[in-house]
Amino acid sequence: MTHVISLLVENHQGVLSRIAGLFSGRGYNLESITAGVTLDPTVTRITLVCTGEDNVIAQIKKQLNKLIDVIKVADLTGLPSIHRELALIKVRAKANQRGEIFQVADVFRAKVMDIGQNCMILELSAGPEKIDDFIALLQPYSIEEIARSGLISLERSKKQIKKEVIQDE
Amino acid sequence: MKISGSELLIKALKAEKVSHLFGYPGGVVIPVFDVLYSTPEIHLVLTRHEQAAVHAADGYARSTGKTGVCLVTSGPGATNTVTGLATANFDSVPLVCFTGQVPRNMIGNDAFQEADTVGITRPVTKHNYLVQDRSKLGRIIKEAFTLASSGRPGPVVVDLPKDVLLEKGDDVYPSSVTIRGYNPVTRGHNGQIHRAAEILSRAQRPLFYAGGGIHIAGAAEIFRQLVARTGVPSVCSLMGVGALPSRNPLNLGMLGMHGTYPANMAVTHCDLLFAVGTRFDDRATGDLAKFAPEARIVHIDIDPAAIARNVAVEIPIVGDARLVLEQVFPLVQPPSILPWLERIEGWRREHPLEPGAASPGLAPERIIQVIGEVFPEAIISTEVGQNQMWTALFYNFQRTRTLLTSGGLGTMGYGFPAAIGAQVANPRATVIDIAGDGSIQMNIQELATAVQERLPVIVAILNNGYLGMVRQWQELFFHRHYSSTCLRRQAGCPPGCSSPPGDSSSPGGTVPGATCPIYIPDFVKLAEAYGAVGLRVSRMEEVKPALLEAGKTRDRPVLIDFLIQREANVWPIVPSGAGLSEMMFAPGGSP
Repeated sequence: MTHVISLLVENHQGVLSRIAGLFSGRGYNLESITAGVTLDPTVTRITLVCTGEDNVIAQIKKQLNKLIDVIKVADLTGLPSIHRELALIKVRAKANQRGEIFQVADVFRAKVMDIGQNCMILELSAGPEKIDDFIALLQPYSIEEIARSGLISLERSKKQIKKEVIQDE
Repeated sequence: MKISGSELLIKALKAEKVSHLFGYPGGVVIPVFDVLYSTPEIHLVLTRHEQAAVHAADGYARSTGKTGVCLVTSGPGATNTVTGLATANFDSVPLVCFTGQVPRNMIGNDAFQEADTVGITRPVTKHNYLVQDRSKLGRIIKEAFTLASSGRPGPVVVDLPKDVLLEKGDDVYPSSVTIRGYNPVTRGHNGQIHRAAEILSRAQRPLFYAGGGIHIAGAAEIFRQLVARTGVPSVCSLMGVGALPSRNPLNLGMLGMHGTYPANMAVTHCDLLFAVGTRFDDRATGDLAKFAPEARIVHIDIDPAAIARNVAVEIPIVGDARLVLEQVFPLVQPPSILPWLERIEGWRREHPLEPGAASPGLAPERIIQVIGEVFPEAIISTEVGQNQMWTALFYNFQRTRTLLTSGGLGTMGYGFPAAIGAQVANPRATVIDIAGDGSIQMNIQELATAVQERLPVIVAILNNGYLGMVRQWQELFFHRHYSSTCLRRQAGCPPGCSSPPGDSSSPGGTVPGATCPIYIPDFVKLAEAYGAVGLRVSRMEEVKPALLEAGKTRDRPVLIDFLIQREANVWPIVPSGAGLSEMMFAPGGSP
């Protein structure tokens, strides 16, 4: 099953490679990884999306916890939380098609970021499935390029993530 | 006061009470060696290869519990440490390895002797650092020593650019540091401790399973008390050998692929497996589906990631083995297990551990037994393969931290440099590397180091002219196809030498014979060429006199070339992928 894991890590050079290396070295599936600095400039938040059986996910969390540069590990799967991804989509659009595309974009609350002679770029911030749906609807207009950010997530109504208790009763 | 990075490094080593370094100089680390030149209180043992420097620091650490320290140069100096680091990382050995690096402004430019040391060593270390800021040097070194020796210990690499070593800066070496992402749990959870003590007290067929964590945590004493108080028998992993004396009646010996029959049978039939400081490694468990099928499992380990990774654990306890056993001890009542002990006695009688036939030729197991009689208190290192298994099974271990062996990574070439490190740390001890003629050649150049340092390490080579463990597998499971395992093979040898007659894949029928060289190389001459003592033994009655002579030599290494039975095998054996109770025994051995 797919899990969303939120990490707080030291804002050091090479931390991302330690985490990516953990996944490649131990053969874990990593679907996306995003990183950005937090309010504390010495701390980076990393959001991971990974898949695996329950025992593999448990091992992934323990191995992440073992990394010295990882300060906190939280599995947001199943917790009330906000998940967002940003997508930029460049779609071929002649003047007579623009109206239809505007309508689709409007329904999804996507923004039009650029309009050229034959192309336009749309921006959508949403959950990954909604982005998939949006892209599917744009397919008939011939999509030229896509850039997706990977997932970022925050748990609702808590100030910050808590370190997972490894030693359970 | 402003001092150079090199001076701060040496100041830090003094503060950490480091008396010995193991290393090798090179271009970018000359500034450190220059400070060492006028630091008589720190002795650098110059090995002949950086890999050996790390193994020596590892042997120093395993035999004492202190942190071993290495110093090597950039590029090839650093990449040569990788096998040593991986060995130490697998077996949780506290090391700090300082590597030189090209100056900061040249990093990434493919400079001479540049390597991405932090990138290369990341998966084989507990943690590593590239020092990019002179002002952080003191803190980073302190973090390295803190990480290496605490929690689950391991190697830490500190990569030092040359210009950081030269730059003048502060002289602050902190006495302690806190690392916010690192808080190992050492005391066990009280509720879990009570549950573990209760099921141990009530079990009918309980069994302890002692791992290397017992040595690392200094838990041998409390573990021995717990075994004595409860009367519960124990098996051990390879790394746990010596947790109990080999001849303690409650010690069933090693479990696993080359475990003893009573140990493997006890694991298969116990109703409680009480594991301390062990990873449930695949060589120890065999087929997991058939491992301890009737047992509830208690697992004590400092590393949460080691718990419940391979087997389902009913009572996990994260903590330091010594502290947790001290918590458990007062809560335990001796269980009534007489029928269980009688059953175990039956297994002991059924297949006792016995050395190979005394003739013809020299039985390796018997040599190791004599080594144990002549040197009962020795620190023993091994290489990897048959020599390692025979040693674990047949040497009479009595104390903690006296078997130094590469358990996890299985590094041939580990034993001799590890013995050098152990002898440096324990100058009065008898230190013996029990080796094979294959393994010893992986770091044979360290004879120079041992001679130069006047270390009386004894190297006992069990010389069968083969890469014996692989040859054994080829004999048992690959139709005697001795592919690339004969160390005496010559360019003109027939392709099917040693294969059985009628084997369709080769002409077959030939065996090594009179035209083969007796040995390659002549280890006695080789020892003498280095200035060590070389002895050769080919008959049983010569074994003890040779060992006694070696024991009298205290100013140089002694290499004894034991010409053993060429096709002696390690028995019993659990074939790869089988369950622990599905063991193969020596043909013609005890029924």
